[in-house]
Amino acid sequence: MSLGIGDVLVQLLNGLSYSSFLFLVAAGLSVIFGVTRIINLAHGSFYMLGAYLAVSLTTLFPPTVIGFWGGIVCAALVIGLVGVLVETLVLRRIYEAPELVQLLATFGILLVIQNVTLKIWGTEELFAPRAPGLTGSLRLFGRSFPEYHLVLILMGPVVLGLLWLLSYRTRWGVLIRAATQDRDMVGALGVNDRVLFQVVFFLGTMLAAFAGALRIPVDTINLQMDLSVLTETFVVVVVGGMGSVLGAYLAALLIGLLHAFGIMIFPKITLVLMSLVMAVVLVFRPYGLLGKPEGAARKGILAIELPIKPGSLSFNVFWLGVLVVLLVAPMVVGSYLQTVLIEILILALYAASLHFVLGIGGLPSLGHAAYFGLGAYAVALATSLLGVPTLTSLTIAAFAAVVAAAIFGWFCIRLSGIYLAMLTLAFAQIMWSIALQWVDLTGGDNGILGLYRSPAFASITAYYYLVLSICFIAVLIMRHLVFAPFGYALRAARDSVLRTEALGIDVRLHRWIALIISGGFGGLAGGLQALQKGGAFPDGLSVSQSIDALVVILIGGVQTLVGPIVGAAAYFGVKTEIMRYLGDSWQLVLGLTIILLVVLFPQGIAGFVKQRAAR
Amino acid sequence: MKSANCILEVNKLSASYGRARILFDVSFVVHPGEVVALMGRNGAGKSTTLKAIAGMLAQRSGSVIFNQTDISKFRPHKISRLGLGWVPEDRRIFTDLSVAENLEVGRQSARPGSPSWTVDQLIEVFPNLGNMLNRPAERMSGGEQQMLTVARTLMGNPILVLLDEPSEGIAPKIVEQMAHMIINLKARGISVVLSEQNMHFAKLVSDRAYILERGEVRYSGTIEQLANDASVQKAYLEF
Repeated sequence: MSLGIGDVLVQLLNGLSYSSFLFLVAAGLSVIFGVTRIINLAHGSFYMLGAYLAVSLTTLFPPTVIGFWGGIVCAALVIGLVGVLVETLVLRRIYEAPELVQLLATFGILLVIQNVTLKIWGTEELFAPRAPGLTGSLRLFGRSFPEYHLVLILMGPVVLGLLWLLSYRTRWGVLIRAATQDRDMVGALGVNDRVLFQVVFFLGTMLAAFAGALRIPVDTINLQMDLSVLTETFVVVVVGGMGSVLGAYLAALLIGLLHAFGIMIFPKITLVLMSLVMAVVLVFRPYGLLGKPEGAARKGILAIELPIKPGSLSFNVFWLGVLVVLLVAPMVVGSYLQTVLIEILILALYAASLHFVLGIGGLPSLGHAAYFGLGAYAVALATSLLGVPTLTSLTIAAFAAVVAAAIFGWFCIRLSGIYLAMLTLAFAQIMWSIALQWVDLTGGDNGILGLYRSPAFASITAYYYLVLSICFIAVLIMRHLVFAPFGYALRAARDSVLRTEALGIDVRLHRWIALIISGGFGGLAGGLQALQKGGAFPDGLSVSQSIDALVVILIGGVQTLVGPIVGAAAYFGVKTEIMRYLGDSWQLVLGLTIILLVVLFPQGIAGFVKQRAAR
Repeated sequence: MKSANCILEVNKLSASYGRARILFDVSFVVHPGEVVALMGRNGAGKSTTLKAIAGMLAQRSGSVIFNQTDISKFRPHKISRLGLGWVPEDRRIFTDLSVAENLEVGRQSARPGSPSWTVDQLIEVFPNLGNMLNRPAERMSGGEQQMLTVARTLMGNPILVLLDEPSEGIAPKIVEQMAHMIINLKARGISVVLSEQNMHFAKLVSDRAYILERGEVRYSGTIEQLANDASVQKAYLEF
């Protein structure tokens, strides 16, 4: 195909238009993170709400220039106020909670907003009126370019300029920049940090909603908008440097242009290109283009709990009893309950593998689904393309996850805390997007269906025993590692990297190995799941899948090895019951439950019991 | 002593970090215009006492009466707005901001009954800051940062200032300027509580002293009494 100057010019303009849009969403996320230190997973939800409300308002208002732009601006302002409401009702109560707990709360908010949006606007895609006066196109060297996009292109630099004026020419801006560095000190100097946080939340969510509203004439509006915008927003924020607005702008330009030209040259691999750029940037600048190393940690990523000790005799006897019950269960219960137990065991293994890096290693991975989903796809592809037997396919799944973990981990060990969380999330989102986009290989949205287990494991009972033995052995291996010198080194590094390195321990190497082990077991869990469900689906790589493991661990408690197991049973029970009785309200109830749980038990249930017992 | 005569009355103040209790029923008073030194070795609880008064520790109990208001349950910004300024030991300058912007963060409107400060008046007290108002705070020396921290707190027009180890880790010449600065504040009617390990410095500027050891008050007296009491100094201050 030959490319004329017109094509290149149009793609350049498309890229700039897309950059502006990305910048608006990312700037909002970055500003909120900078001051509150909260990774707001619900940021995409405010973007979505902005779009929905803008469609309603522009349809309601007269079809004039003022009516259209009035609708866009009103939508952004109203959603900004919704952001303030959410901040005041939920997030304010948990600013002192560990960072992962806060993140979980924002996921609860995401679920609630999803469901509320569905209830108000329904599941149908919406189409908005076009912008009056901007419905035409420009002719550029024989190509046409919509006029409306020119407005989008201008919006990026305009908002950047306004944010600059706000930051450097107003008292509020000075306070926000000061709070980004040390919010407690700002409070000690007489600034009401609660009001400051409300202002920041208003600003951040309004920007997201404004971006959503601006896209309505060029995009269809649907319920997937919230999560789909998260990936690229996170990539932009990580590449630009967390909390840096100018960095977000540069990164948005980079990613937007890459996106536009990537589509023209390699339409299938724009996301891979994007991840490569992110990887290259992070190798040379671990905190992004203009980011700075994280300020002094204000609080842990996790709750302070008692150190892990090997269980007492009665504790071990109890769990031996549980194992015996699980061994004889198939003789007593029917196939439905066996399926339930299989699901719980797989969830427990998956959560335990995350717990290994999170609770023991202190590495807040937010993208553990990357390994789970990869394991599932590896089993599916190995079975459907190569026709390998079950055990071989599971081995391939673990191996694929180990390789991915080795690659992702190599970047991750350079970072810690919230930067690491963002990077892992970005990696997982990229995997998810690949699964959705590479339709020829993965089946896209439909996934890969029709998997069969080898005859030996075809019956549910036989498969149950396979899952039970794999999960048991895997958990035992991880338990052994926790109490081996390797585990001591990991735990020491979790509590103080510097002191551990001063003892001559290579912290990065230990963490890398831990990530690889954890990824391998996560992949194994994903593989088992695929064989259980008879297919692999993009859901296995989604943010929700990553968050599931986190919820399980936080329910079970971080500093207990049985936490993931207790949590898996509790979470699975709650989730299936909610889904069974509540139909399409399940997201609302699950979201509210998560929010409530987080506010009431920031230490998790098992952790809470353990702390009570220790008193 | 009645609280009416006191600008600050700390009564049975206790504080903890997690499960570790740091302060045990610390009580002391400050009269208007007084400079009081809280002395003691590293880890005695001096900084924790000042932080707890400023509201920077969530886990605290006991009462703190400042200017006839019980501030023991207040959040830090409210305490600061009543005219109680806190200058942290580790300075906590906003290094991404310019010197002028650092001062702007601390600015509060004038308050009846306490001296108010403008940037120009602060430059008279801290001449060095005048030449570097537009400089990023990260490009300042330790002593200059120490001055900026104090100046930043003074922008809030406090009646009482908590100064955490103002003489620590800075050049002798700047220590001298710090002493002049404290005397200057006292002359303007501002009360000062400073935490200090250095007897020489405390003697230059303070009226009275309390000694803390393991989170408890072990000694109180005028600074002359303490300066002349070799046995107390040996027991609580020398290393």
